[in-house]
Amino acid sequence: MPSPKGIWKVITASSVGTLIEWYDFYIFGSLSTIISQKFFPDANPTAALLSTLATFAAGFVVRPFGALVFGRLGDLIGRKYTFLLTLVLMGGSTFLIGLVPSYATIGGWAPFLVLLLRLLQGLALGGEYGGAATYVAEHAPENRRGFFTSWIQTTATLGLFVSLGVILTVRRIVGVEEFTAGDGWRIPFLLSILLVIVSIFIRMKMQESPLFAKLKSEGRVSKNPLKESFGHRANFKMVLLALFGATMGQGVIWYTSQFYAQSFILTKCHVEYEQANSIILIALVLTTPFFVVFGALSDKIGRKNIMLLGMLLGVLLYRPIFQQLYEIADVSKKAVVVERRESNPPPHVNSGFIQVVTIEKRFDDGTKLKTTLKEPAEKKSVAPMMTNEVRLAEKDKWKMVGLIAVMVLFVTMVYGPIAAFLVELFPTQIRYTSMSLPYHIGNGVFGGLVPFIATLITTIPGTDHLSGLWYPIGVAALCMVIGFLYLSNKIDTDVSD
Amino acid sequence: MDKLKRIVGIAWMTIGLASIIVLIAGAVMNIDVHGKSDINKPVPWLIIITIFTPISIGLIIFGWYALKGEYDGVIKT
Repeated sequence: MPSPKGIWKVITASSVGTLIEWYDFYIFGSLSTIISQKFFPDANPTAALLSTLATFAAGFVVRPFGALVFGRLGDLIGRKYTFLLTLVLMGGSTFLIGLVPSYATIGGWAPFLVLLLRLLQGLALGGEYGGAATYVAEHAPENRRGFFTSWIQTTATLGLFVSLGVILTVRRIVGVEEFTAGDGWRIPFLLSILLVIVSIFIRMKMQESPLFAKLKSEGRVSKNPLKESFGHRANFKMVLLALFGATMGQGVIWYTSQFYAQSFILTKCHVEYEQANSIILIALVLTTPFFVVFGALSDKIGRKNIMLLGMLLGVLLYRPIFQQLYEIADVSKKAVVVERRESNPPPHVNSGFIQVVTIEKRFDDGTKLKTTLKEPAEKKSVAPMMTNEVRLAEKDKWKMVGLIAVMVLFVTMVYGPIAAFLVELFPTQIRYTSMSLPYHIGNGVFGGLVPFIATLITTIPGTDHLSGLWYPIGVAALCMVIGFLYLSNKIDTDVSD
Repeated sequence: MDKLKRIVGIAWMTIGLASIIVLIAGAVMNIDVHGKSDINKPVPWLIIITIFTPISIGLIIFGWYALKGEYDGVIKT
């Protein structure tokens, strides 16, 4: 095992790279509206189809596929070179997305190239996490494995934090108009290359995992990791247990608390873009240390109980918390103190609208509501458009921060100990392959589908704005019961098997 | 406890099978050529059914393993 100083080098090198991979993956999602306008125009059916593929295929199909491809590679040639490769693939794809000319310039090639690069991003992400978690765990002392691997767990949340921070900063520097209508949105993508170069430089200096190096020197490296992981019942049953008893619930808790919450306050509560994202940012800053707290605690009291408690809290509290979020931004019960109305011509001449009416209201508690009505030039050609933006009063903003922070705490409970949990479940020869697949199915498929299935549920007659939560609640409840019945809270300290 | 673990294996097998049926029924009910949202498009449903069917089969196998006593005893984590 490395010295205390050595283990921190291992953690830094692994975490920085993983954080950058998450950053790269998230900026595409955060800027999806702008990317759709630039590359996937609705009027073109092929571009619209490619847009759908970029949204769904990258998260759900390619991530688990990347887990298999790079997991296998990591178990054959080693952890170090494999997750170096995923980093180059992710950084290169992200940088190139920033360079692809728009649909207006090169036509159908634009959506095709962006889809291809997005799929490469998904593939790289599928290979990265398992490698980083395995690499750190195989360096960590057995009594502190939860603590040391929890640093890797912070990177997914910090990646979201950095991506939102960069987007908001660039948006302010270049101006909203240049960022959305011009080329300002490309900057976060192009910046990725600098981060990746730094990370590659750090990772090049790293040594191979001691457990894998030992296996290799003894000639005991797996000949066929895929067959040994999924073709042998003794290991396959553990893959299924990891998926249905842990990662499935962890995935939905993570996506609901961070991403669905973000989407909910933007689209259902209509909180203004900058304020909504700043609420998320503050909540992430306040709660990120708890990944490490719960990772360390899992070394003392076991992984299972902490993860299941996080799921239980999500199951019990999601509906009341989301209802609170909704009520905070609901202006229907507030009294208007000032109202101002303004009519202007649209900013773009050929937008299809004849005038833009803005109504600004200020309420007794300090909340502001801005309603924008766009009236079409010809009533039949374009539908009238109405958007609402709520600017919360300071007190309400902090209430929302508190509620989101509580939900991210659930994430820290389920996610903090899970790397150590997965590593301990599988043998060294096939660890990278075996742990990557359930992780990416749990997160990419079960977690990634939260927005789609939640939206689907709200279209059923008789449902309301909270009905979509039944999907994550149901999946987390099922996972919790399976985990409670079949997992043990005892820690397998020896991972050199 | 081992007996309970085995018996509820039947529940996991049933849920796995039911989830495939629910997904196919959901696709049939929601795909609409005139609809504009994601849930009306056939491609997301095709992707979701393609990726969820093996997972649901996985849950059925998990239930089968449980029923056969593969998860009896203590499983260290």
